[in-house]
Amino acid sequence: MARDRTPAELAGAAPEAAFEITFDGRALPALPGQSVAAALWSAGIVAWRTTRRGGRARGAFCGIGQCYDCLVVINDRPNRRACLVPARPGDTITTQEGDGHAGLAV
Amino acid sequence: MVGAACAYYAARSGLSVTVLDRGPVAGGTTGAGEGNLLVSDKEPGPELDLALLSTRLWQALSGALSPRIEYETKGGLVVASDETGMAALRDFADRQERAGVTTEEVTGDRLRDLEPHLAPDLAGGFHYPQDAQVQPALAAAHLLRAADEQGSGRVRLRLGEEVTGVLTGAHGEVRGVRTVGGELHAPYVVNAAGVWGGEVARLAGVDLPVLPRRGFVLVTEPLPRVVRRKVYAADYVADVASGSAALQTSAVVEGTPAGPVLIGASRERVGFDRTLSVEVLRRLAAQATRLFPVLARIRAMRTYAGFRPYLPDHLPAIGLDPRVPGLLHACGHEGAGIGLAPGTGLIVARILSGEELPLDIEPFRPERFDGV
Amino acid sequence: MPDSPSDEVTDDAYEAPYDLAVIGAGCAGLAGAVTASELGLSVALLDASGQIGGQFYRRPAPALGAKRPEALHHDWSAFADLRGRLEASEVVHLAGHHVWAVTRGSEGGAGWAVHAVTGPDGGGDRPVRVRARTVLLATGAYERHLPFPGWTLPGVVGAGGAQAMMKSGLVLPGSRVVVAGSGPLLLAVASSLATAGAHVPAVVEASGYLGYARRPGVLAANPQKLVEALVHGAALLRYGVRLRTRSAVTEVHGSDRVEAVTVSRVDRDWRPVRGAGRRIACDALAVGHGLVPQTELATGLGCATRRTPDGAYALVLDGLQETSVPGLWAAGETGGIGGAQLARAEGDIAGIAVAARVYGQPALTRDGRVRKLQRRRDRMRAFADVMAAAHAPGPGWVRWPDDTTEVCRCEEVTAGAIREAVTDYGAHDARTVKLLTRAGMGWCQGRVCGAAVACLAAGPGDGSVPPSAERRPLAVPVPLGVLGALEPDDAGADSTGRPDATGPDPGAEQTS
Repeated sequence: MARDRTPAELAGAAPEAAFEITFDGRALPALPGQSVAAALWSAGIVAWRTTRRGGRARGAFCGIGQCYDCLVVINDRPNRRACLVPARPGDTITTQEGDGHAGLAV
Repeated sequence: MVGAACAYYAARSGLSVTVLDRGPVAGGTTGAGEGNLLVSDKEPGPELDLALLSTRLWQALSGALSPRIEYETKGGLVVASDETGMAALRDFADRQERAGVTTEEVTGDRLRDLEPHLAPDLAGGFHYPQDAQVQPALAAAHLLRAADEQGSGRVRLRLGEEVTGVLTGAHGEVRGVRTVGGELHAPYVVNAAGVWGGEVARLAGVDLPVLPRRGFVLVTEPLPRVVRRKVYAADYVADVASGSAALQTSAVVEGTPAGPVLIGASRERVGFDRTLSVEVLRRLAAQATRLFPVLARIRAMRTYAGFRPYLPDHLPAIGLDPRVPGLLHACGHEGAGIGLAPGTGLIVARILSGEELPLDIEPFRPERFDGV
Repeated sequence: MPDSPSDEVTDDAYEAPYDLAVIGAGCAGLAGAVTASELGLSVALLDASGQIGGQFYRRPAPALGAKRPEALHHDWSAFADLRGRLEASEVVHLAGHHVWAVTRGSEGGAGWAVHAVTGPDGGGDRPVRVRARTVLLATGAYERHLPFPGWTLPGVVGAGGAQAMMKSGLVLPGSRVVVAGSGPLLLAVASSLATAGAHVPAVVEASGYLGYARRPGVLAANPQKLVEALVHGAALLRYGVRLRTRSAVTEVHGSDRVEAVTVSRVDRDWRPVRGAGRRIACDALAVGHGLVPQTELATGLGCATRRTPDGAYALVLDGLQETSVPGLWAAGETGGIGGAQLARAEGDIAGIAVAARVYGQPALTRDGRVRKLQRRRDRMRAFADVMAAAHAPGPGWVRWPDDTTEVCRCEEVTAGAIREAVTDYGAHDARTVKLLTRAGMGWCQGRVCGAAVACLAAGPGDGSVPPSAERRPLAVPVPLGVLGALEPDDAGADSTGRPDATGPDPGAEQTS
């Protein structure tokens, strides 16, 4: 039972060099071609949004862009689907609170 | 909504009531509307009188019903892009004032005190503090429940039961209705079938020319409060009053307690066609983002079509139908049915119980289109 | 042609009308596109993803340098074949195109306009529109979910979602992953998670597998399905994964993320059997209850639907894959869940049928190749129906959620609120529940909670009532600035639609 295997080893991945993104100010490595959600999962992070009413933590659920549970703030733009958006060097990822538009409130 | 209001006020007058609907609660136009309770878009005349009465009744209802109906006295703000438009608004507001509407002129430089996200280049507008809003489906459901409580057993709700005929007696008078479930006997039948009111009238052998006037609403992603009031452009009033079958759009933008901003309003007579019209959505989006540039990056999550029950003179049919004794109509309120529902329900209840009417209903005579 | 990111698409791609626009570059769409193109049609292939393959052949982005992407897949050679044919073809592949509506073309309704937003998540700031004489809908499926206490905790992911994230991002949701729900996908997910290094303490399947045994003839006619099952079974055996049938995860434990799950025995109606459940420690749960056809682009145009044996709605299609709306074809999961091989056969048939229509040569569809494809399709459809019936949600699941369990994840609507709308406010259908509670009105437009809300709306004792056919007039969210930037003539006569053609429809509209 090969427990030390990873999906990357299984697929014979030889990715290009990792780069850095930040999540709530903390530096994380990400691989070129990985979605923001995949980079966060790689770092053991499974929640990056709080709900509008209950303030409960959420992260990726459907993994294919259908459920919108993985919404997150990427470079100051809220409501981006982390499971679809590729991570790019220097991306600033921030936990999205509620609707992500608190700054627009009047 | 109108049927629920009729049931509520009739039950309050001590009558026993059965509410029949072939669909669910709020299954027709009620479920597709924004829940506007407006005086601002109405010219002085019988509809405005009914709206002012209903505004007072809604206030009372909001105290009696659950806060979950989302009643908000948010006020309306009508804006004009130039001085010509402003002059027309001023004239309109002046006439409304004399009919009992409260209006406040807002100069261009003060608009953004009221609505900080409005485009900076507008000429000015008028504020209508009496305009309000409810969540219409919740309002209808809670009103029916309240009717049930008022009626203490005398109100019955039969959903999913279609009326297939109107029963009449030897002298042509109403004896009740036939439904898919059998016969139901009653000395009075109220036709509150909204956009399908013409079909129910036909079951009773009379003509009532209710036509569907389609409208689309765009619903945005959830937002904090970015629009405080109901905000619309001055040409909305002209579109409402028009009888044209052609497409008319004028942005009506408002927030909701649930988060999304709603964007109406389009009007066109295309029958009961729900097919998505990209042209309508394009116009609504373009007009809304012109009023509120901040919305350009906000996403529309969904859209839906509804059908306003339209009568040729834009007035509802309310009251006894002299052509069939015992038949009453309460339909044809076009886009104002939620707002006008309590006044309509009160009138119907007063007719049925023989009490004094709250206003002159002559302009709403159901038979007024005969021979036209 | 190769995968082309949307920002490299030239304006030419949107100018001339195509003979065929294919929506979705999974198995069905790829097969339809290359088949039609090989018959000489001009074809645009629109797909939301940056790469072809759909969900089944999802794979890592090129930059991840996966030398053996086939290790994550079954039947890779079939995909390699389609990819080769696509690269050799003239098909214009429009990657990163999220289609939000298909409408009738302008001026009298000839042809179709396909409206899309662009970019990885549709955030592009320019609307695009592709015109085509015919359209093939190959939009696939999404996963059906049923709520239970704790299913909103971080670390609970869709079974299909876990697999998708692994195939494309080479990541796992945790190190100890329980796989639960119902349907054949569970075995595939569990075997790939285990092969990729996750510890999978259990696969929890609410149905039994006896349903298959009731139709031995259909099984015998589809030996490849048995081979697939054996491959998964062997992997599960090798990694010591325990399969628990007639069982369900009825609670997830944990404060910030998954720490354990409770697995309960269920009866044949999926009702939990009395007695203590078994607690299994894990740091992730991958859960799903089958797949649901994604049909909103079609239902928006009035295409007829049919109920599938597991209570979902699929498009009604004729023998040549055409929907009830002439000029609009569908292939793959949109016509009923059936898997990749079925999708390919249907895509091939549709490609030929479209060419026959465009050329005005019906004889094209009467040769031996089409008949052979149709026989394969019918055989696999029969198996798909057996599979759907075997894993159909039992009505007893409605006892899983307690009143505080969220059913609608987007709008945070609890089962209690839905039950109240049903018992106290006369809501007996999904639409009315939605109007009164907001369940299904959020970002996902009810894709996740739709099946569950429809069952709960039907009231106590009947969890088997299906959702109504999906109607989502905007298939994906569209920025208002993008909508407003459409050219007026884009829409043209869209609104002419079918005046007065439809009767009053108290159906599945949505409102706020």
